[in-house]
Amino acid sequence: MATARPVREARPRIEPWQDPDAVPFVRIQGVTKTFGEVYAVDNVTLDIFRGEFFALLGPSGCGKSTLLRILAGLDRPSSGRVLIDGQDMTDVPPWRRPVNMMFQSYALFPHLSVRRNIAFGLEQERLPRAEIAERVAEMVRLVRLDGLEDRKPDQLSGGQRQRVALARALVKRPKVLLLDEPLGALDKKLRDQTQLELVNIQDRLGLTFVIVTHDQEEAMTVGSRMAIMREGQIAQLGTPSELYEYPASRFVAEFVGEVNLIEARFSSVNGATMRVRAPALGIEIVTDRPIAALPGEPLWVAVRPEKMSIAKTPPAETGHNCVAGDVFDIEYLGDVSVYHVRLDNGLFLRATEANRLRLIERPITWEDRVWLFWGPDASVVLKT
Amino acid sequence: MNGKAERDRLGLGRLVLIGVPFAWLAAFFLLPFLIVLKLSLSEPALAQPPYLPILEWFEEAGELYLAIRLRVQTYLTLLTDGLYLAALASSLRIAATATVLALLVAFPVALGMARCPPRVRPFLLLAVMLPFWTSFLIRVYAWMGILKDDGLLNALLLALGLIDQPLVILNTEAAVLIGIVYSYLPFMILPIFANLEKHDPSLLEAAVDLGCRPVVAFWRITVPLARPGILAGCFLVFIPAVGEFVIPDLLGGADTLMIGRTLWLEFFSNRDWPLASAVAILMLLVLVVPIVLFQRQQALARLR
Repeated sequence: MATARPVREARPRIEPWQDPDAVPFVRIQGVTKTFGEVYAVDNVTLDIFRGEFFALLGPSGCGKSTLLRILAGLDRPSSGRVLIDGQDMTDVPPWRRPVNMMFQSYALFPHLSVRRNIAFGLEQERLPRAEIAERVAEMVRLVRLDGLEDRKPDQLSGGQRQRVALARALVKRPKVLLLDEPLGALDKKLRDQTQLELVNIQDRLGLTFVIVTHDQEEAMTVGSRMAIMREGQIAQLGTPSELYEYPASRFVAEFVGEVNLIEARFSSVNGATMRVRAPALGIEIVTDRPIAALPGEPLWVAVRPEKMSIAKTPPAETGHNCVAGDVFDIEYLGDVSVYHVRLDNGLFLRATEANRLRLIERPITWEDRVWLFWGPDASVVLKT
Repeated sequence: MNGKAERDRLGLGRLVLIGVPFAWLAAFFLLPFLIVLKLSLSEPALAQPPYLPILEWFEEAGELYLAIRLRVQTYLTLLTDGLYLAALASSLRIAATATVLALLVAFPVALGMARCPPRVRPFLLLAVMLPFWTSFLIRVYAWMGILKDDGLLNALLLALGLIDQPLVILNTEAAVLIGIVYSYLPFMILPIFANLEKHDPSLLEAAVDLGCRPVVAFWRITVPLARPGILAGCFLVFIPAVGEFVIPDLLGGADTLMIGRTLWLEFFSNRDWPLASAVAILMLLVLVVPIVLFQRQQALARLR
């Protein structure tokens, strides 16, 4: 999860959404799209800023692709408006929009060479031949397709086709580049590498990218901000770390990363400390992010597995945020191990530990009696 | 080792597999062709059959001779008379016109079918092939009823007030073109449909996204990708249309020259079998060119 990416960490990112004076570049205002009775997109309002790499994330059928197609103009919204760079695009046909799309299937023209595929969009603008050739050559260099210009798409590998699709969309210098599951067809290693390349290209060209993906890891890697969609609506909007650390609902908590959800009841709030009871676990949970709740209101406490400590001896303080159980299963993933702990009431919790030492002598093993504990800053209390 | 025996058996199997169609072609294509070739080189005669043998045994001064008499004059007549070459040229022109017309009618039909929801397509395909369930001859006769001066078409146009005088269509070249386009339309629709059906719809979306109006996208993406289907359809219509006999005979007029009809007249009205055979040979030679082109195009399409 959220492995440190040197390119991302090294440079401080501008956060225009924090700036009250910043003017959004792409504005989606109350957009709804219905197919018959089905609301594919349900009254979505969203602002995207210039230079953002914005990720639309969600399970299949959540409306993220429809929203992207509405931005491209390939689908017309049933109601609502779309503005790009201050101009109302709602009634502008796709061939006149300053946006280009990279299709999930890449949609490369099979009868045209790599060069002609990339030049296709420029030929529509009736630019002088010399300029087209120059811009195509520039793109070929950017996506490292040198020497493959005269090949047909069926003579390319998956990764090469993906780069042709990217070059073909970028060569038009769109104000917004739309990417529909652009890396879905690539294998894991190539995908990771390509994600970094995409971020680099976006950084270098200073363009606005909107990517649709169902892969939360991909969204977190490339996205400056992301919107999680569910049933046509935005479930939560924020930076990857905001969504990961402070999910607003169980859906978001479970969709982004792994999480332990514990049913709880509200007890009390005292300043910056909130106390809830977890009747099933028979413990009290203390958190430093209080939310407004009524006494006895059903709540859920979300704790990420890597924020749970696991030990064979009980911690100094066992009064709260601590529960005992037996190790039921261990998932060894190389860098980390996931401990599935069966509590005395039969419930399961997961704790992740980094494998700093080689596990020749496993400190914790199957059937061990262990304690799981976490700090007040490790959990989030959720109402839905 | 039974490896060799295995190979031999395989070899025999392969020989049978290839041998049967070759034997079939030799018996029913090559042999008749040779007979026609022989006929075309023999001398016409008022006899039964109406030609003289090309091989003749005779004795002279007590010695036996085999004489081979090949009459080349028939071919000279064919090339110098003018009628036959004119008929051939007219056939090629009519077939080419009909092919273009059939393409213009068939492409929108095939495109419409390919854009229909998949569950509707089998019914549309059935509708295209339904006419084959009736005899070809009967369908051409039906067109006589539609096209004649007091036929259905003229009755309709007169009733609608579009014309005051019945149009003379039957027994003209126009009627022949209508007949050919009608009869061979499925052979144009089916290969184009089979091609269009496989197109990825996101290609057109990509073209539109890259700045093409839908019409331009159609010409730059759909048409070039449909090329193999279009070519196959054109060959499938053009080749049989050149030699078409029934349609010009029933729908065409006396002045509609087509090589198939000329051939028929030479055979049955003039009883000049050698000349008729020579016409057949000429037609075959002319058609070998598009047939070879068609085969090559099919092989290329398969390679893709």
